[in-house]
Amino acid sequence: MAEELLQVRNLQVNVEDKQILHSIDLDIKPGETHVLMGPNGAGKSTLGYALMGNPKYTITGGSIVFNGEDITKLSVDKRAKAGLFLSFQNPLEVPGISLSSFLKTALEQQRGVRIKAWDFRKELRQAMALLQMDNKYAERDLNTGFSGGEKKKAEILQLLMLNPQLAILDETDSGLDVDAVKIVSQGIKTFQEHRNGALLIITHNTKILEALHVDKTHILAQGSIIKNAGPELVEEISKHGFEQFLQK
Amino acid sequence: MEEKTFVEDIDRSLYDFRNEDKDAYRIEEGLTKEIVEQISREKHDPEWMREFRLKSLDVYNKTPMVQWGPSIEGLNMDNIVTYVRPNTKMQGKWEDVPDDIKDTFERLGIPQAEQTSLAGVGAQYDSELVYHNVRKEVEEQGVVYTDMESALNGPYADMVKEHFMMLVPPTDHKFAALHGAVWSGGSFVYVPKGVKVAIPLQSYFRLNAKGAGQFEHTLIIVDEGADLHFIEGCSAPKYNVANLHAGCVELFIAKNAKLRYSTIENWSKNMYNLNTKRALVAEGGTIEWVSGSFGSHVSYLYPMSVLNGEGAHSEFTGVTFAGHGQNLDTGCKVVHNAPHTTSVVNTRSISKSGGISTFRSSVVVTNKAKQAKSSVSCQSLMLDNISRSDTIPAIDVRTADADIGHEAKIGRISDDAVFYLMSRGISEEEARAMIVSGFADNVSKELPLEYAVEMNNLIRLEMQGSIG
Repeated sequence: MAEELLQVRNLQVNVEDKQILHSIDLDIKPGETHVLMGPNGAGKSTLGYALMGNPKYTITGGSIVFNGEDITKLSVDKRAKAGLFLSFQNPLEVPGISLSSFLKTALEQQRGVRIKAWDFRKELRQAMALLQMDNKYAERDLNTGFSGGEKKKAEILQLLMLNPQLAILDETDSGLDVDAVKIVSQGIKTFQEHRNGALLIITHNTKILEALHVDKTHILAQGSIIKNAGPELVEEISKHGFEQFLQK
Repeated sequence: MEEKTFVEDIDRSLYDFRNEDKDAYRIEEGLTKEIVEQISREKHDPEWMREFRLKSLDVYNKTPMVQWGPSIEGLNMDNIVTYVRPNTKMQGKWEDVPDDIKDTFERLGIPQAEQTSLAGVGAQYDSELVYHNVRKEVEEQGVVYTDMESALNGPYADMVKEHFMMLVPPTDHKFAALHGAVWSGGSFVYVPKGVKVAIPLQSYFRLNAKGAGQFEHTLIIVDEGADLHFIEGCSAPKYNVANLHAGCVELFIAKNAKLRYSTIENWSKNMYNLNTKRALVAEGGTIEWVSGSFGSHVSYLYPMSVLNGEGAHSEFTGVTFAGHGQNLDTGCKVVHNAPHTTSVVNTRSISKSGGISTFRSSVVVTNKAKQAKSSVSCQSLMLDNISRSDTIPAIDVRTADADIGHEAKIGRISDDAVFYLMSRGISEEEARAMIVSGFADNVSKELPLEYAVEMNNLIRLEMQGSIG
């Protein structure tokens, strides 16, 4: 059995005093792609935030082990440095920081060395070209005034630049038109195939999955994972919805 | 959660180093007629200046203390040394400046900046300039950049006499009167008609002496169609007694001329910064103020633009950062006194660890200013629950067709934004510093690169140990 990259055991998460997730177990191996589906309000985003360490989401029980290290109590930045990444459903606008200087700072923190401006630019241009992003976006303030589609592309750009071991994509496809879904999906595929990156894709829509290889599918409902299956489940859900799984 | 730290006094070692006092001359503390006369003698004033000083002292004694801003009770004029002359004459080469003083400016990066990006530099140490130099090619364009003392006795003496404290008369307020009585140092700049100075001039003011005051006078005249960028920097080491800065800046912008006046102020936190700056702008002229206020215990600072000719324009871009023990009352004033004059005010203020930051502005449109246009925008960021931020805008319009806008916003650092940046591997401290620097980017993007970097470093210093 290959070593697990992510090992979630009996994870319980509260937001304020309300329990949102009950006893979540999840295993992801290096390079695997997992899909997490479920109705609205099931706690999918909560799981993403809790794995990334958002302080608003309190872990009241269980553990998260990443690459053999217990990261349950680790701060957000340290989780990121350990190789975890979260693509936000609603990326924040941060005025006054350009996308490129933000990415450069993040990369330098991750690698612990200064990066030559020239090398960085080259790398950035390549990744932007792949995502069909106008170079001008690099000098614009981070997400500020970006359209919904550009924000999501900027998230995938960060994914490609930071090159984590596991990326959680929280509804990266929501609000995107057909063309944008294709481009974003292409970016994800690059991460999957050329970097051997593992993925946890949270989605409502199977469109984004069409071009991607999927290893496992999970259904989350009312704060619990109610079904684990292979890639065939995606097809089934897209045809028949969640209903059949919800009524026990 | 991780352990949180709180550091009350940040590491200001970059600015906070003191030199032993080796001054050649230090006047006794306090303010009397004898002291003023003695300063005048020491400085070899022309007769009119001696009289001007004494008249100003008279005004000072008759004028009541300012009443509107933060408390200045900790400032006792009887304890302030108004004149400290360093142990050197003004030099034109850094190698001739005494080592301890030269080291000071080297640590502040002045000679290095002069090499790379400035057209001329003036460096004041306590009460007098110790260094002044301007690039040959700029001098050849006819640009005059010299210390005020030389200007008073040189070929531009009449011009100085005509303009000196004309915009800011000693009767303006008590500290203007004080300035008139004991002023010393500062720079005189004259840019002739049509001359565009491509790279900036800079004056740096360093107050080293304990318990002293600095009262430099900056007089800049930009003649018709000319263009200049002037940068002013200031800092001081910290002492446990009050120091006072009551400088005065007078700017004259002739027809179709343009002046940008940038300041990065980083006085130590025992400083009372009661500074007065004013610009008179003629037809078609432009004044651009770029102002970063980081230091001092108490500041009163409201650069004023008098738009006196048709189509004159003023832009004020400022950021004020008030940390622990600081009460910074800053803002600006604009007087529209001619038709089609326009002004833009864009400020950000940040308060932290109990600091108080007040934005105070005044926009006046007189009945002569038909179709004047003004927009004022101020944003505040409070970094915790114990700090304070106030906005006091005043608008007085005497025409029927003015176009006036005002906008104010107060906010906090969003936890979600911090989480977002941290999720990319950036530490919490760095994430907060990035957000605050980003908030102040209205000023940093207007500054030449090295100054923008210095400003961001100052913000970073202020943000260190601020998590908690």
